[in-house]
Amino acid sequence: MNIPENLHYVETHEWLRVEGDTATVGITDHAQHELTDVVYVELPAVGRKADAQAAVAAVESVKAASDIYLPVGGEILAVNDQLQTDPGLVNSDPYGAGWLFKIKVVNSAEVSKLMDAKGYAGLIAAHAS
Amino acid sequence: MTGFSEQSTHNPESKTNRAMDYIPNTDAGLDAMMREAGFATFDEMTATIPNKLKDFKLELPRPLTELELWNELRSLAACNLGVDDVLSFLGGGAYEHYIPAAIDTLTSRSEFYTAYTPYQAEASQGTLQAIYEYQSMICALTGMDVSNASLYDGGSGLAEAVYLALNAQTGKRRVVLSGAVHPEYREVIRTYTRGLDCELVELTPCHGVMDMKTLQEALQVPTAAVVAQSPNFFGVMESMGEVSRLAHEAGALLIASVNPISLGLIQPPGAYGADICVGEGQPLGIPLSYGGPYLGFLAAKKALVHKISGRIVGRSTDVNGTTGFCLTLQAREQHIRRERATSNICSNQALMALRACIYLSLLGKRGLEEVARLNWQKAHYFQKAWCQLDGCRLVYEQPFFNEFVMELPETASALLAQLEDQGIYAGIDLARFGMSANQLLVCVTETKSRVDIDRSLKAIKQALDRLKGRASRADR
Repeated sequence: MNIPENLHYVETHEWLRVEGDTATVGITDHAQHELTDVVYVELPAVGRKADAQAAVAAVESVKAASDIYLPVGGEILAVNDQLQTDPGLVNSDPYGAGWLFKIKVVNSAEVSKLMDAKGYAGLIAAHAS
Repeated sequence: MTGFSEQSTHNPESKTNRAMDYIPNTDAGLDAMMREAGFATFDEMTATIPNKLKDFKLELPRPLTELELWNELRSLAACNLGVDDVLSFLGGGAYEHYIPAAIDTLTSRSEFYTAYTPYQAEASQGTLQAIYEYQSMICALTGMDVSNASLYDGGSGLAEAVYLALNAQTGKRRVVLSGAVHPEYREVIRTYTRGLDCELVELTPCHGVMDMKTLQEALQVPTAAVVAQSPNFFGVMESMGEVSRLAHEAGALLIASVNPISLGLIQPPGAYGADICVGEGQPLGIPLSYGGPYLGFLAAKKALVHKISGRIVGRSTDVNGTTGFCLTLQAREQHIRRERATSNICSNQALMALRACIYLSLLGKRGLEEVARLNWQKAHYFQKAWCQLDGCRLVYEQPFFNEFVMELPETASALLAQLEDQGIYAGIDLARFGMSANQLLVCVTETKSRVDIDRSLKAIKQALDRLKGRASRADR
């Protein structure tokens, strides 16, 4: 299971990559594996503001529809339009081309509360057992 | 054993003493099952049920033979009048149209007639193909991008459209509803939205149609959708292009409820930018049947496809590249999306949709246009002639399709009673819907010949004269 070191993680299986005072959000390799083939991604409107843990998007696979939660509070700056035509990118490249949206981070202190790669690995291992 | 008939005409020696029993288990079979389950008797097995619940005699009449039963049911059925027994000008949401014989023949094939909703859908390729064809025809007819596999009827379909709009327009909870929509459909919408965070605003019609100024005012507040029907409950055609423009300018979706036969003649909702199109498909080859089963169709713009409720059949290829059909976009549905789904519907009206599909195939574009034209012409012929009678006038001076409202010099109920005696059902008394007691909603379809209409006009004139005569005699 791929869990890049340079990212932050949430127990609802989203990852966050900080880039200054903005960040990119997506779902983990573990999440895409559990969902199986993603067929549709419902992305938030640019400009939308929400708090941490708010459900702002949804990923639909052939067998489930999962809400995507903001790891930290922020404003949606951009969404990955590629996913309209190729939702499978979430499966094939969850940390790269399969990114979901970019946000402006409201409170950087919230970032430090997130899990690191080791913590997330532990979470998945605990679920597996 | 208590609770069963003492007189066993079946087998007096039978342990279970069952008369008129259609359960195929033999006594030996029952014994074997009870032994396996560890019980000596049936009473022992049912010991956990309180005795007072078992200690009763069913007061049933004596069993009937198949011949006796047949005669009894036939006499009950004979109490009903069908459109074959009377001359009917009844409309108001359910319409008498000619049903080509081929429809009954094809749909009574047991593969179609007895099939329940498929659970392993992909194994029922024939069923799925029929639904796919139906969906394709609905899109062609309404000018919309995508149709679902059907809903129960026009009323619940309209409520589903409201759900769809509320779901698609996050943040907006207000729905503006034309008061010229069928009163029963409006009641269904009220029922479906009760308990939901939804504000329903009903607009009073003006001269039998939606008033554009009232609509514009209502749209000053952020609105999720405008619901309009054309032809409306009074049979009048609304200015849907204008309604569409106003709705979209205000950021609201337009939900259009339409009569599918009328689409043979008038502009389809897709042409005037409706976001969602729904309606009652009963006119498409489905008998009146005292109210059902009917057929709700729902079609929408492609942008809304991920929020449409109900099943959708898709066409794809299998691993060998062969064309096949499947249920698609299932993550919309409540068995996957659960509480976040638009609706909890998980079924459709497959047999009725098949009838509609066959009807449209048989008629084709030209046939449907011809049926629509006949409806329009005959309704207008009847209306013009009726307006020649003393004291009778057309209530709404607006373009209409195959229904119109007549104002009478007597109460509608008095006229209807006179005509019923002659086997003529001249229309729907609008007092039934809390409207004027002197108004009648009259519908004329292609099933009415000129002879029928002329005969009815004669009967109406005579009935009105009789009623007037009585009234003036009473005055003296």
